[in-house]
Amino acid sequence: METHVRAGAGRPVLLLAALIAGLALLCLLSLAFGALNVPFGQVAGALIGHRESTAVDNVIWSVRVPRTALGLVAGAALGLSGALMQALTRNPLADPGLLGVTAGGGFGVVIAVGVLGLGTLYGYVWFAFAGALLASVVVYLLGRLGRSGLTPVKLALAGVAVSALLSSLTSAIVLTDSDALNRYRFWSAGSLGDQNGATVLAVLPFIGVGAVLAIACAPALNSLALGEDVAAALGRRPGLVRVQGVVAVTLLTGAAVATIGPIVFLGLVVPHVARVLAQWAGLGPDHRWLLPLSALIAPGLLLAADILGRMVDRPIEIQAGVLIAFLGGPFFIAMVRRRRLAEV
Amino acid sequence: MTAREVPVPRYFRFALPPVSGLLRPRLIAVCLGLTAATFLVVCVSLSVGDFSIGLVDVVKAVAGTGDPGNVLIIRELRMPRVVTGLLVGVAFALSGALFQTMTRNPMASPDVIGLTEGSGTAVVAAIMLGWDGGLGLQTLGLLGGLASALLVYALAWRGGTTGYRIILVGIGVSWMCTSATDYLIARGGEFQAQAALGWLVGNLNGRGWDQAAPLALALAVLVPVALGLGRLMRTLQLGDDVAGGLGTPVQWVRLGLMVAGVGLIAFGTAAAGPIAFVALMAPQIAQRLAGTAWPPPITSAVTGGLVVAGSDLVARTLIPGTELPVGIVTGVLGAPVLLWLLIRANRAGSGG
Repeated sequence: METHVRAGAGRPVLLLAALIAGLALLCLLSLAFGALNVPFGQVAGALIGHRESTAVDNVIWSVRVPRTALGLVAGAALGLSGALMQALTRNPLADPGLLGVTAGGGFGVVIAVGVLGLGTLYGYVWFAFAGALLASVVVYLLGRLGRSGLTPVKLALAGVAVSALLSSLTSAIVLTDSDALNRYRFWSAGSLGDQNGATVLAVLPFIGVGAVLAIACAPALNSLALGEDVAAALGRRPGLVRVQGVVAVTLLTGAAVATIGPIVFLGLVVPHVARVLAQWAGLGPDHRWLLPLSALIAPGLLLAADILGRMVDRPIEIQAGVLIAFLGGPFFIAMVRRRRLAEV
Repeated sequence: MTAREVPVPRYFRFALPPVSGLLRPRLIAVCLGLTAATFLVVCVSLSVGDFSIGLVDVVKAVAGTGDPGNVLIIRELRMPRVVTGLLVGVAFALSGALFQTMTRNPMASPDVIGLTEGSGTAVVAAIMLGWDGGLGLQTLGLLGGLASALLVYALAWRGGTTGYRIILVGIGVSWMCTSATDYLIARGGEFQAQAALGWLVGNLNGRGWDQAAPLALALAVLVPVALGLGRLMRTLQLGDDVAGGLGTPVQWVRLGLMVAGVGLIAFGTAAAGPIAFVALMAPQIAQRLAGTAWPPPITSAVTGGLVVAGSDLVARTLIPGTELPVGIVTGVLGAPVLLWLLIRANRAGSGG
């Protein structure tokens, strides 16, 4: 009994160490591989020395570092957002992409870029937030209507409906403006490329605030998992938690979508992996652990997909969003097949 | 999950068995009214354009007499477009009616469960990669739709299928197809991208007899099959167990309906691209107009023709000098219908 408890106490540390080490390794790979492969020694040299002299240093600092940083930041945002949505809706199929939040953010971006002609991230990120907020509230309210409350199928269908409406409107804008079309098509496949360091810094505050809000929700989410009445009896205010959660989801998803495009299924897969790992570490379904774990796992997956996309079909890149959809789609289908779709 | 929509007795129906003769006058009246409206829309559609032609001259031109210039414009330019629109509407709406009845869920339309996305991916791949294996876009669209339908059915199969599992698996498959399509669009040149995106929205611009003829042929085969399966389909609405008890071979009927429905949607998509929401909204409109508890197949088909022909007329005339793709009009019209359906289904407690 004694040893079991000690093993259980050691595992979380081991888990965190393994995840952080894995993420660091992926960062290194992301810096080293690409159209031009750089030996690890030179990567380290460029990082430490920060000499802007050689072409290699230039590639590392102006292309690879921002790209990797964006992967870390945006990945963490999407992972947190997915975990938060699954907890808030108590729905194992919740994902910012499936539930139309990314489509809302995307529509906001297209309006800003295509109709208003805004070019900078600070210009259009607000539109992404507005779109994401609107879509998440509409989908949530639609899913909640009716006698049986928020069932997984209803929520998924509400997401599809809202996404379909928004994509119709998006096509209408994009098809009448070839400049908007060109930006839209690269953005819509979901990619980490074509971004510079300034973008990462610009988006960081929004994701930071979103992450703090999300993590602050965690204890309340544990109570909410027991049901709304129990949560209320425990002194939580479910309505307030929801508002806080929706604001966090909006900030996280909106910022991620505005920079790297719609990436579907990442927020779906990651919390499930986090739950399995948390179970292994003896932590149980505790959101104070699940949210940070998701924020560590998601960037790893995103970076791995990005690296793979750079390697598979050189010199053409396959966007990370495409690869993640092809990993996440089968995962989603497997879940639909295996589970009775009980609430989380 | 298994909650089903209880048919609300409407008007004179509640005292009678569901297949009573008393139901028919309304259905027939609705059908005739819709047909008349469709005829009107077609006539107007043939008469307006860059060069307006009076209705009398239109009739003359259709008959092959009158001014040779008019005959050329009507018969070679406007007729094929209008006919393609009508046929596509019929195909989509009938397919939607089959799927909605089969899964007992109005949301289970082919554009929600990944069939049109499958067609889209195949066609966009051909446009962007510039290689169609000598098959042509229509055949590729057909094959893509069939492949994704098979995939959805196979993946949803687990000792039989259920409506909700088909829907959810379909959503997963359609997201994968969408992301493959996005990748292909991002990968190619700008003109190809515009062509692909224009096709994806659903478009009747520049459609000729080459597109209308294969579709007409396909409909000649598939419509009778679909209507023939209609009777068996009605017992499926009572639930799989009851239908089995009544002697309906449930899984076989479902497979047959899927094949017919997929064929319709695939040929329609091949001709005009995935015109948004027609398969979803036309059966629902028809059901409400006819006051039935299920989407009536023939009325749905006529409604579909009217919706597409009418939307195309709007798309052509809305902004002078620009021919909008018809799919944008149906998308904007259809999305509220979709949301309303969702709200209604939720209120009835049958949305999930």
